[in-house]
This record gives sequence, structure tokens and C-alpha cells, in this order.
Amino acid sequence: MQQQNERQTYQGLMHRVQKKLMVRWYNELDAATETGHPAVYLMVSGNCVELLRAFDVLPVYPEINALQLAIRNKSLPALLKSEELGYATDNCGYVKADIGANSLGDKATLGTRLPKPALILCNYVGCNTYVKWFEHLAALTGAPLYVLDIPFMRQETASPEDVQYVVRQLEEIIKLLEKITGKKLDIENLKEHLKRARTAEDLWCEVRNFSKHRPAPYDAYFDNTTMMGPLYVYRGMQECIDFFEVAKKEFQERARQGLGAVSPEKFRIVVEGPPPYPYFRKFRDMLAHWGACAVASTYSTVGGIWEFGFRHDSNNPLYSIAEHMISQNLANRSFLQRYEQIDRYIEEYSADALLIHSVKSCRLFSAGQGDMREYFFRQREVPTLFVESDLEDPRYFSAAQMQNRIDAFFESLEHQKLYKSHPTLSSGGPR
Amino acid sequence: MALQALIETWKDAIYDPAFEMVEQWKEKTGRKAVGYFPVYSPVEILHAAGLLPVAIFGAGNRLEITNADSRFGSFICSIAKSTMELGLQHRLDLFSGMLFHSICDTARNLAFLFKRNFHPQLFVEYIHLPQNNSTDAAVDYLTSEYKRVAKNMADLAGREFRTENLEKSILLYNNNRRCMRRLYYALRSDAPHLLSTSDFYLLGRAGCILPPEEHSLIVSNVIEELSKNQSKTRDRIRVVLEGSFCEQPPLELLAVLEDAGCYVVNDDLLLGLRWFEQDLEFNHDPFRSLARSYLHDSCYSSVRHDCLTSRSDMLLEKVRKSRADAVIFCIAKFCEPAYFDYVLFKNKLDENNIPHLLVEFEEKMRTFEKARTEVETFVESILFD
Ligand code: SF4
Ligand code: SF4
Repeated sequence: MQQQNERQTYQGLMHRVQKKLMVRWYNELDAATETGHPAVYLMVSGNCVELLRAFDVLPVYPEINALQLAIRNKSLPALLKSEELGYATDNCGYVKADIGANSLGDKATLGTRLPKPALILCNYVGCNTYVKWFEHLAALTGAPLYVLDIPFMRQETASPEDVQYVVRQLEEIIKLLEKITGKKLDIENLKEHLKRARTAEDLWCEVRNFSKHRPAPYDAYFDNTTMMGPLYVYRGMQECIDFFEVAKKEFQERARQGLGAVSPEKFRIVVEGPPPYPYFRKFRDMLAHWGACAVASTYSTVGGIWEFGFRHDSNNPLYSIAEHMISQNLANRSFLQRYEQIDRYIEEYSADALLIHSVKSCRLFSAGQGDMREYFFRQREVPTLFVESDLEDPRYFSAAQMQNRIDAFFESLEHQKLYKSHPTLSSGGPR
Repeated sequence: MALQALIETWKDAIYDPAFEMVEQWKEKTGRKAVGYFPVYSPVEILHAAGLLPVAIFGAGNRLEITNADSRFGSFICSIAKSTMELGLQHRLDLFSGMLFHSICDTARNLAFLFKRNFHPQLFVEYIHLPQNNSTDAAVDYLTSEYKRVAKNMADLAGREFRTENLEKSILLYNNNRRCMRRLYYALRSDAPHLLSTSDFYLLGRAGCILPPEEHSLIVSNVIEELSKNQSKTRDRIRVVLEGSFCEQPPLELLAVLEDAGCYVVNDDLLLGLRWFEQDLEFNHDPFRSLARSYLHDSCYSSVRHDCLTSRSDMLLEKVRKSRADAVIFCIAKFCEPAYFDYVLFKNKLDENNIPHLLVEFEEKMRTFEKARTEVETFVESILFD
């Protein structure tokens, strides 16, 4: 194996501003435990945060709480607690960590308190586990549960019946929110939120485009994950626009100066699947070590896909929210649509390879990913690396094994690249 | 006894990965067959379109899994893998289509893997079944969804979809479900000693492969025949089996439960065959009746969210109604929905002092000794309590 020095990876102003915003949000949630400011629990995938913000309701995302625990290396006690409660070892790690932490008392884990939910809004967008998760949370907290059922994308586009169905449910949710807050929906206010969401969505797309640069100024897997925080928590608010202005400016400048997220950038990869949060940094280093930079990732589109043209529309508030929830996010799209998305990424972002990080306890992502490998490797002849661990459970991450797989893959990819530029050398194809 | 011979014939037909019986039916009728994945498939629609609906419950332990493992990876239940394997080995080529619906993430992804690998030779259809039964909007939505599917199924059969046919199919299946319900009362709840659990299971399972009218007749005859038997029950505990609504436990495991001292007096095996607790009523639009029935009258399971009643309460009611002493959770390895529900179910049973035991299974399970010992110990603890 070729030895290389550890590489520095990009850390910049964007990360600092993100951190501030996320801390601020957690502080607001903490304060709400005292003031009683209404908070609604919801899911990240295809979320309808603008609607909550229009009512001045605080969003709480149990998924973000779970990932925070994992990234801070605090998930194991919560996972063990949930197993004690009867959850199976292979149930979704997010749910287990969240329920476990809830039972242990959240102060001990996140550092700030979480308000009791006024409503548990299960936006059932793709993941079936969502319904279970929120049902259990409702049982645990005694809060009312509304399952906002989103028809899965079983055809190319959402049908008028699909949209109508979701709109009618949104109208019921509005009534619930009116009851909770004691205020009527101010439709103008909702429109303003959607307008601001649209501006942020434009900026997010511009930002994503920067990774088409060579070298890519930021990593579209790890850094995009960072950017997802403000995108879901603050979308519809000025803070979100300001945040993406900062990111855009920073990337513009880095691109102008030719600064890569990893330097030198040797491989451009597309990544599929959520990250191994308990080993976020380590995983990043393992890839950076080979000069591999993600230029696009599917995970960063779970909450919404805007780069193919969709925008929230203030002229059609509920319809556009419904459309976003049904067809304009990764989680509610079929596997085949995911293949198409990856295909597009490989082409449009000039990627050399595909990395599939298969998350054992998340079937939404992982069930069938072997077929995805088969498709890309055999049919599309894209060098594809398939590795397995988990997004929450550190017990499923074997550092040595992961390192070996990554090393073997990139070594072989390097040979292949060399062979391509010097056809007289012998080749060994990556697996 | 003639019944035993019949049951043996079905056993072969049911677990036959070549689907000989379906092949014969196709030849005889000149019609097409469509496979469907459990749990809540609207078979009436397939039937009304002129197709033979055949339940595909994976491949049991009759098929070597050679390719599907690598397509699915770890942490996935066997039914998904063996169903994929059936496709990869061209064993589903005799079917014209395959129907899936939204029960869990694994089954949904399986549907789209089917689409990539086998569509359009094998026409793949997917139904999104609503998980919000608290709103009337769901009935409207599901009605339109069923209509969309009916159109596609009729195209597949090469004919127009006629609403009158759907009414007729609903009546036929109403009758079949009524027979199944009677079977459960006559031979499970009231006299579980008259037919062994595995034979009982095979009798029901034959309905997944036979046309409904044929199956209803057989079931009625069996009930009549066996009800004459005067023999007495043995000293066994009465249990409700919970968690086998999708992947089916090996027959041997059902036999082990009984040998170890249990009468299975109610269960969620083959739930799709009898998922309405009562006859499906219809008004002017049979599609609407079908939709309403799924949302409001279908048996609960871990893959149908109910916003109006808690599933734990429904389990409790099932236990009480069937006068069961205990619950055995019989759950397929890696079946996430069942494992999630297990936690809430278990809490509910504990609160009500109802003993329970968890037995995990998978299709390729070959030894049952561990299960037998666990169940025996469990039974003893109840009998000698
Ligand atoms: S199964 Fe996957 S998508 Fe669903 S909640 Fe868990 S991690 Fe999220
Ligand atoms: S056995 Fe469970 S996990 Fe597997 S397909 Fe059926 S419902 Fe889904």
C-alpha cells in the first residue's frame, strides 16, 4: 500500500456559522421547556417546516437529536438502554438512540433540554420506521400524534389524487396548529416563509454546483451534511438565506483560489447512504487520505431535491408543500429514481467512482443496495465500493476492516487511472 | 383419511417452487396468473380482472439462495431474499405480473428491485396503502389508487375492467373469508384438538393458490367432517401467535409449538386471507367499499398503522376473545415492523399479567430444538403456576 500523509480537510466559516445556528436552535428549545413555547416534533424527510414556522412553532427533529448523540460519541448508552426496553439489536439505530435517550433523560445526553411536544407530526415520507418511531414517542410522551400519510412515488410523477390527498391532510394539520397556538393561519405569513424558502433553495442549488469545480471547494457528503442542519431547521427564515450566502461566498472564493476540500484532489466520488455518525471524522479522514472528495451525495437530498428544478411556490402554498413532500425528496422516491439520480451525478459532476455506505439498521437506504452495486458496477461500469456500518451504532463500525476495503479500492483505482494514462502498464480493476 | 391425503397434495403444491399447480390452472383456463406479496393485497381486483391471484410467500426452505443474498445484504428478512431469488432463478416466469404494496421499507425496495430486474416481462405494480385512517381523504385517495391498479390489471389481462365483476369477486371472497372465519372458530378457538396446527395451516394456505370458490368448498367440507369428531382436548395451554403476518414460520416450527404443549387458538398467519373481520359491504362503488374496508375493517397487524385504535389494545382483545392463556411472538428474523411492535405489545401484556414468549424464525431454519426447549419451559411455567 502506498503511504500518504494525513491530509487536512476543509473547515471554514460555513462550519462556524452552522454551529452557531444549531446551538441557537437548541437553546431556543431549551428555553421553550420553561416558557411553554409550542414545539412540534417532525421528521426530516420532505418536511413541511415552513408551515410550522408560519405559526411560530418550534420544530424538533428527533433524527437530528439522534445524530447529534452519535457524532458526540454518546449514542451507545442510549442504544443499550433501548435494548433493555425490548428493542431488537437490528432495529433502526436512530429510533433506539432517541427512545433510549428519552428514557435516560435528555439533559444527560444532549446538554440542553427538549420541550414536550404539543403535537407529534409524523410526516410519513418514505420511511416506514417513521410511523413506528413517532407512535412510540407518542406513547412515551402522551402527546397527540398525527400521521401525515404521503403516497410513495410508485410512478414517475405525483398524480393529482396524490397531491389532493396530501393537501387535505395539510388542511387538517393547520386546524390542529390553530388549536395549539390559538391563532388562525395567516396565509400571507406562510407565503412569506415560502418566498424565503425559495431564495434559500436557489442558494442551496448554487452552492451544490460549486462541487462541479475541479478541485471541489467543499465535500458534498460531509460538508453537505453540515449544511443540512440550517436547511431543515431554518428554511423559510432569513437565517437560512444568510447562512447560504456565507457558504456561497466562501466556496466562490475557494473555487477562485483553486482550493480543494482535500488537496490534492485525486478522486471524485459520488456517495450513497447516510454517514457513519459515530465515526464521522474518521471516515472522512480515511477517504481524504486517498485524496477522495465527494462531489455529490444522495443523503444530502433526503429533506428535499431542488437541483432538478423544484422550488416552493408562494402562489400555491399547500400544493407546493405537498409536491415537495411527495416527489421532491429522496426518501419518498423509488430505488430506480435513486439510480437515475446517481447516474446523473456521476455524469454531471464528473465522478470517478461510487461509494455506497450501507447502513445496516436503515432499510430505507440499505435494503437492496447490493442490487444498486450490481447495476452500477456491471451495467454502468462505474467503479463501485460497497462498505457497511451504521449511522448510529458504533458497534457496527470496524475501523480496520473499513480501512482495508477503502485502501484496496483506491489502490486499485489508482492503478487503473495510471493504466489509462499509460496503456503499457498492467491493470487491475477496482472491485 | 382422505383429508390427510389432500393436505399432503397441497403441501407439495404450496411449497413447490415450480408452481406446477398454477401452470395447470393457466392451461386449463387459458388465463394469466399474477403473484402478490403479503399482507393486504386487494385480491378481489386481480380476480375481477380475470387473473388468478397467487400469494408469493417467498420460497420457504425449498430453494437454495445463491444470488439474492448479495442483492440485499445483511439484516434483511428471508422472505424478501427468497422472493428475489425466485425471480432471479426465473421461477416466476409463468406469472404475468407481481403486485406489491406498502407494508415496510424492505418490501417496498424489493418491489422496485423487481421492477429493475424483471419488468415489463413481469409487470410490477405497487400500491401505496394509506397509513392515516383518521381522515376521509384516505378513502377517496385509496379508491382512486385501486381504480388505477384495476385499469393496469385489466390491461394485463387484455380486457376491459368491469365494475360488475368486482362486485361478484367481492361476494366470492366474502364467502371465502366467512369460511375462514368459521374455520377459526370451529377448529381453533372451540376445538383446537381436532386438527393439528400445521394441517390447519396448510388447509388455509391452500387458499393462497386455489381459486376462492374451490377453496371455500374444501374448507366447508372439512369443518363439517371434523365437527362430528367427539374427542377431548388435551392438557395444553391456549396461545395467540403474533408477528407472522408476512413471512411465514416453517411448518416444523408450528408442529413444535403444538408438541411442546400449545394450542394455537388464534394467530396472524395468512392474514391476507381473512383480513376483514366482517363481510365487506358495498354501496354504489365497490372500489370505495374495498378502500373503506381496508381503512376501517381490516385486521390489525404491525404493518398497518391505525390512528383510531391502538394495536396493543387490539392484541389484548384478541387474547381475551380467544380465551388464550398466553401470547407467543413468532417473529421473522429482521422483520423490523414486528420487532418495533413487540415492545409496545410486550408492555401491554405485562401490564395485564399475560405471559408471553418470543420465538424468532427464518426460512432456512433447520433445527428446532432450542425453540422446543424454550416453549416447553414456558408452557410448564404456566401449567404449574
Ligand atoms: S430507518 Fe433510516 S430513514 Fe428511517 S428513521 Fe431510521 S435511519 Fe431514518
Ligand atoms: S417479513 Fe417483515 S420486514 Fe420482511 S418484508 Fe415482511 S413485513 Fe417486511
